[in-house]
Amino acid sequence: MTITIHDLRKLPGSYMPGSAACPGCGATLAFRLVSRALGPNTVYIVPACCFSVIQAPYPKSAISAPLYNIAFAAAAATASGVHRAYKAVNKDVNVVVWAGDGGTVDIGIQALSGAAERKEDLIYVCYDNEAYMNTGIQRSGATPLKAWTKTTPTGKREMPKDMPMILAAHRVPYVATASVGYPFDLVNKFEKAKNIRGFKYIHILSPCPPGWDFPVEKTAEVGKLAVDTYFWPLYEIEGGKLKITVKPRKRPLKEFIRLQGRFRTITDEEIDELEKIVMEKWQFLEHLEKSERVF
Amino acid sequence: MGLDDHAIIIPVSKPSKGSAGRTGLWRVERPVILEDRCIKCWLCWLYCPEDVITEGANGFPEVDYTFCKGCGVCADVCPKDAIEMVEEKL
Amino acid sequence: MGKEGKWEIITGNHAAAIAAKLSRVKVVPAYPITPQTTIVEYIASFIDSGQMDAEYIRVESEHSAMAAAIGASAAGVRTFTATASQGLLLMSEVLHWAAGSRLPIGMAVVNRAVGPPWNIHVDHQDTMSQRDTGWIQIYVSSNQEVLDTILMMYKVAENPDVLLPFMVCLDGFVLSHTYMPVNIPPQEEVDVFLPPYNPTHWKLDPTSPITFGNLALPDEYQEMRWSMDLAMRRALDIIEDVTEEFFERFGRYHGGAVWKYKLQESDYAVVTMGTMASEAEVAVDELREEGIDVGLLKIRSFRPFPHRDISETLIDKRGVIVIDRSIAFSSGGPIGTEIRSSLYNLADRPPVVNYVTGLGGRDITHQDIIAMVKDAIGRITSRRIRRPYYWFKLKPEFERIEISEEVRL
Ligand SMILES: Cc1ncc(C[n+]2csc(CCOP(=O)(O)OP(=O)(O)O)c2C)c(N)n1
Ligand code: SF4
Ligand code: SF4
Ligand code: SF4
Ligand SMILES: [Mg+2]
Repeated sequence: MTITIHDLRKLPGSYMPGSAACPGCGATLAFRLVSRALGPNTVYIVPACCFSVIQAPYPKSAISAPLYNIAFAAAAATASGVHRAYKAVNKDVNVVVWAGDGGTVDIGIQALSGAAERKEDLIYVCYDNEAYMNTGIQRSGATPLKAWTKTTPTGKREMPKDMPMILAAHRVPYVATASVGYPFDLVNKFEKAKNIRGFKYIHILSPCPPGWDFPVEKTAEVGKLAVDTYFWPLYEIEGGKLKITVKPRKRPLKEFIRLQGRFRTITDEEIDELEKIVMEKWQFLEHLEKSERVF
Repeated sequence: MGLDDHAIIIPVSKPSKGSAGRTGLWRVERPVILEDRCIKCWLCWLYCPEDVITEGANGFPEVDYTFCKGCGVCADVCPKDAIEMVEEKL
Repeated sequence: MGKEGKWEIITGNHAAAIAAKLSRVKVVPAYPITPQTTIVEYIASFIDSGQMDAEYIRVESEHSAMAAAIGASAAGVRTFTATASQGLLLMSEVLHWAAGSRLPIGMAVVNRAVGPPWNIHVDHQDTMSQRDTGWIQIYVSSNQEVLDTILMMYKVAENPDVLLPFMVCLDGFVLSHTYMPVNIPPQEEVDVFLPPYNPTHWKLDPTSPITFGNLALPDEYQEMRWSMDLAMRRALDIIEDVTEEFFERFGRYHGGAVWKYKLQESDYAVVTMGTMASEAEVAVDELREEGIDVGLLKIRSFRPFPHRDISETLIDKRGVIVIDRSIAFSSGGPIGTEIRSSLYNLADRPPVVNYVTGLGGRDITHQDIIAMVKDAIGRITSRRIRRPYYWFKLKPEFERIEISEEVRL
């Protein structure tokens, strides 16, 4: 089944307006959409991240689904425990980790890798705003090359980890990338994931106006341009087989980069270099799409 | 309530609209739907990060200004320029 | 008293694993570390052979073991894990999280020294360093006590007035790998004593849309910690009740929060924990034969700390000798510190002599305890307690440095 805008409007979500999120928050938009696709039989495990704050302070919460906040490194392990307890009492529930990029690619990578290797029946979601935003914009292992953060004041010197491919190398049944700029692609990946048994990993690019320094109204546009400039390719790997799910609209990388203050110091030559890296990755994906299995 | 009803305090929060309060005076612009231009594509609804756009009685999008954060994402994605960001007046 | 149990000669680790099985725990996240490993190995074999109906999670670290235990307990089922030393230290962050979430998780901790250097033998530095995580800590001194205490502590921890996790601490090798006769109670009897866990305070349930643990501001936070402290204090009475109930059903009593041996009308009291208490029992008998009037107070519950029972028991003594198997650097032994705080505000309080010894598995026999008691009595009678604590059984060349330090005071 493919979810359309009409279906989506009818589905109940688990986000209640009036949270502590910044205006134009991509992570919040992602959660809103994902919670509709997953439906009410879902519990969320959230490690330390912006989303711990977005919920708003005790005794109120902006999230109308069961949600457990846990220590930064622990989300995938805690979710494993939740899932196994339900299994022990024959309850079938979507157990979902909702984690930031730091909680996923850095401090939480060990527990995540362990849960993936054990084939726990979970959906692990990384909403990626490409830095530690909760603590005020420091670099993470997902921050792009050349991006400014408060701990990379002259731009990051390293490439980000390719987390979806790291997960794919665990040979889990489902891995996908998504962007809030392509909401139907995003919700349909969740619709698919919730019907697959075993470990599912979905990595959502979630633009962050204060952290990336772009005008608040551009969240959707930045999320779209990331895909259309090949910066953030959308694909899924189901049972080892890779499929590109959205064909980019072939925009120059410059359009994506120049929209954001975090790339302010980047020169045109550096953008060309970056574009080369991005296109190499794209060609690699196209190549992978032709093979029987990626891993 | 007896003395002991207070003894176990557990950090459990209840879902509520406006958990972080109403949108304050910091909002500088508000989205206004121009119904004569609107084609009811609902893209504004789809992309609104705050989930404050609903279907009004007349079938057009309606914004809950109590919690709308005035980000303007809705206006930016509207294919018909049917949302105008209007400056808030104090 | 109900049906008789079955006698077996088993290790402390085997006893802990059997206790988890008898408690019908539903989820066991497991990670190996010496000398705990055989506990989770026994449980794996129980589950694989169908003797135990539980989910076994082969996690990739102790941080994840405790995080998974938290998830399982939050989802509403009885949960057990086991660790030691470095493993417990790695759990530290999530130990706080378990207690703050008011989850009555059970854990066996096999006490082992912490590195560096690597050392797999007993001392209490590992659990002492985690004493303020909000976990109940019970120290035991026999394999029977290991088994019985795990059964009892689920009942205490799941009491609606408590709702805190617990660790049963057993000395590495001295209990974990030593064979002793243990009576294994019948499952039907345990089932009556320990009914299924059915949390009503909160649980993670898809039909109950609550958010657990989001930000609490200064206006809300302190009472949550107060509530944990109150529950910890209330657990003291509940421990007494549950040990009584256990005695009525199974005919065994190991003490409540403390266990007292020949303490009534004794002049001096030895206070210690774990297997050093078994040695101390022998020492007490021998000292009494020599005409030295001494009794033993074994602390079972270090958290909650039974201040009242201790001050009431020790107030009439001429002196108290506290033997610790861990060191709070420059401060002393943790038990010594607590005992002093139990006594300090009382008029005519007895003097306290605190020894730190037995680290990294250094053997402490009843002879050593006799030597400490005699040294202490000498200091008490000649009013020579110059220091808050003394090291015991250092090699002679280092002992000399300690003595010269004392002279310098
Ligand atoms: C063990 C530990 N170390 C550090 C922190 C502080 N901390 C909280 S959130 C955070 C960054 C989160 O970054 P990310 O996972 O990318 O989520 P985001 O805030 O960007 O949404 C850090 C460093 C913590 N809570 N726990
Ligand atoms: S900092 Fe970024 S990710 Fe965090 S709440 Fe604000 S917009 Fe969302
Ligand atoms: S996006 Fe524009 S045209 Fe579409 S429903 Fe909203 S206001 Fe109407
Ligand atoms: S301005 Fe932002 S919050 Fe308000 S309706 Fe538009 S998209 Fe939603
Ligand atoms: Mg981040």
